Amino acid sequence: MASSTITSPPTPLINKKDAGLSAFSSQASFSVQKSQKRVCKKIVSVMAPQQSERRPATTGSVKTGMTMTEKIFAKASEKSQLSPGENVWVNVDVLMTHDVCGPPAIGIFKREFGENAKVWDREKLVIIPDHYIFTADERANRNVGILRDFCNEQNIKYFYDIKDLGNFKANPDYKGVCHVALAQEGHCRPGEVLLGTDSHTCTAGAFGQFATGIGNTDAGFVLGTGKLLLKVPPTLRFVMDGEMPDYLLAKDLILQIIGEISVSGATYKSMEFVGTTVESLTMEERMTLCNMVVEAGGKNGVVPADSTTYKYLEDKTSVPYEPVYSDEQARFLSEYRFDVSKLEPLVAKPHSPDNRALARECKDVKIDRVYIGSCTGGKTEDFMAAAKVFLASGKKVKVPTFLVPATQKVWMDVYALPVPGSGGKTCAQIFEEAGCDTPASPSCGACLGGPRDTYARMNEPQVCVSTTNRNFPGRMGHKEGQIYLASPYTAAASALTGYVTDPREFLQ
Amino acid sequence: MAASASIIPSNATATAKFRATSTAATTPLSPPSVLKFPSISPNYPSTKPLISHSALPHFQHKPLSAVTPPNASSTPPPTATASTFHGVCYVVGDNLDTDQIIPAEYLTLVPSNPEEYKKLGSYALIGLPSSYQTRFVEPGQFKSNYSIVIGGDNFGCGSSREHAPVALGAAGVAAVVAESYARIFFRNSVATGEIYPLESEGRLCEECRTGDVVTIEVADNKLINHTTGKEYKLKPIGDAGPVIEAGGIFAYARKTGMIPA
Repeated sequence: MASSTITSPPTPLINKKDAGLSAFSSQASFSVQKSQKRVCKKIVSVMAPQQSERRPATTGSVKTGMTMTEKIFAKASEKSQLSPGENVWVNVDVLMTHDVCGPPAIGIFKREFGENAKVWDREKLVIIPDHYIFTADERANRNVGILRDFCNEQNIKYFYDIKDLGNFKANPDYKGVCHVALAQEGHCRPGEVLLGTDSHTCTAGAFGQFATGIGNTDAGFVLGTGKLLLKVPPTLRFVMDGEMPDYLLAKDLILQIIGEISVSGATYKSMEFVGTTVESLTMEERMTLCNMVVEAGGKNGVVPADSTTYKYLEDKTSVPYEPVYSDEQARFLSEYRFDVSKLEPLVAKPHSPDNRALARECKDVKIDRVYIGSCTGGKTEDFMAAAKVFLASGKKVKVPTFLVPATQKVWMDVYALPVPGSGGKTCAQIFEEAGCDTPASPSCGACLGGPRDTYARMNEPQVCVSTTNRNFPGRMGHKEGQIYLASPYTAAASALTGYVTDPREFLQ
Repeated sequence: MAASASIIPSNATATAKFRATSTAATTPLSPPSVLKFPSISPNYPSTKPLISHSALPHFQHKPLSAVTPPNASSTPPPTATASTFHGVCYVVGDNLDTDQIIPAEYLTLVPSNPEEYKKLGSYALIGLPSSYQTRFVEPGQFKSNYSIVIGGDNFGCGSSREHAPVALGAAGVAAVVAESYARIFFRNSVATGEIYPLESEGRLCEECRTGDVVTIEVADNKLINHTTGKEYKLKPIGDAGPVIEAGGIFAYARKTGMIPA
């Protein structure tokens, strides 16, 4: 059987005319006819509950359709057909690691393969220091040094090094947050397998590839072999249709989903995002969507590649790639549908990403600070979104507002790109006028607390609205800190009032 | 910035803590070589005051009867997978995320460096909120009195940091029994061999209290709580079994010929 990379266009499960009418969950295997019959006329925006697990085909003789993720696994494991639950050895296209997990992974690699062992492919490893960079912590700085020594020894092609901590711009190779850098530097490609020693590696699924986080030992294994034993996950499908309201961002969509299925709702599963809304999202917004898949326990997230993807990749990579798409007869564990036009800005209240609430219902929550940054909410468009709210308000923030661009490129965009409707002002100018802190050196920053001297780390028990991805106890530093996860719109709105605030206060 | 500390240990510290004792299925096994007793005197139950209650379901302050060590004369069935864990348990709730197991500020420690590995153990579960009144590792100590952790749903969720199962292992934890696991944490536990990740049939986190003495019979899929006298069924290890039995992903890969021995 030929390679399973059938390039058929993504097929919505119901006729597009019926979009926006449904509020049901269906087993999508004999999908098309059944779902059309089940369409109900009432327009709702809620999602339907998950059906019980369906076992994969056991006959073996019948060739069943495969989901995107299954196809990527099939190609990577050189099999023509496989089903969820199978454990297969996959070939890894890209392995990413950073300053926290790189040194341990390197240690394991050398211990297992020998002090003089060479990595499986010096061009498929991308080493991105980003976590604990702008700190006086000696071990943190030593760890970047360990990466450097290793890259020199192995002649690693992609090492985004930093030496001058006092001036990030003096480091031509330095990028910043790994997941954003991977995308910006063209390492994310449809159909490929990307593994990273970081849970938010799933971000790259936005490019129609299989991307997931692994630990140091697994990474050590990949360093030596270029392969890993992985279990094929079943897929949950999320169909989002309708025009995205102008006060809503992808962060609201994923908070909606996590709130619906819980922090373990997608454990060991793939989350596939399709529908007209998804198709209308930019790459950065798709990245935000896939980024928090892990917060629902998800193994990976995928968005089918399309012209938006190809356009983004045009100037970033010349490596050929082959997108894959779910077959029409692919079997999904469950399907969730919602009409995006009915959704409202959300927050995840302390202390769980699934502790979903409407932003407007939290308007009495007084806050102490706002943090805009991280792979989830520190990309160029995230800052443009925040700037839009500050511009619409024209007022100053009422609480310290910390801005941490994810990468050097984002930082430059914040200082260079004009914000629409502002008469040529840049985000940086708007932020300054609004009284925000000066945009900081790009890195993961305080999203995960980090060393004590990390910029914007929460060292007191405060209430923070953040565009980051987790709000478990102690996440940003102090154990009693209260973190409200939100979109950049909601974060900016909250900064302006000093309370958790629905951005429609300023955007409508 | 040259790396001043060696990160390569001279001998593997973190692998195969519970490697199977015998691969020869025909010979009866000697008493399991993988026993992780708590690092305290055998007189613990009678001399040391039981630790005060945690914020979890009410802890019964009960004097313990003499604890019977695993019967050394009963040989486990002649398979390659027998393991028994015996020790004092520490109970946590649902969604115990890896930031609580090992907060981010300690992640500068590189586990493949023996000194740093040891230090990591001292910080295990230091991220637990103050509602947990019993500390997992006493200040100034490197190991915990508790060798078994009992958890609820979605144990190990959040960050992929492998430092999490490693910190628990370094602190002396032999096994975790949770209702369910988050994916990456489970993988990391299996790959490193640091802790044995078992799943319970019910909510053991509501049945057991921190300080209970328990025995886990892996081959029989059973957990015995000596303090309450109750027994509980555990789920069989499943797909990860062969990897765990081999001693982690590297040992498994060598065994199956995926990488040279």
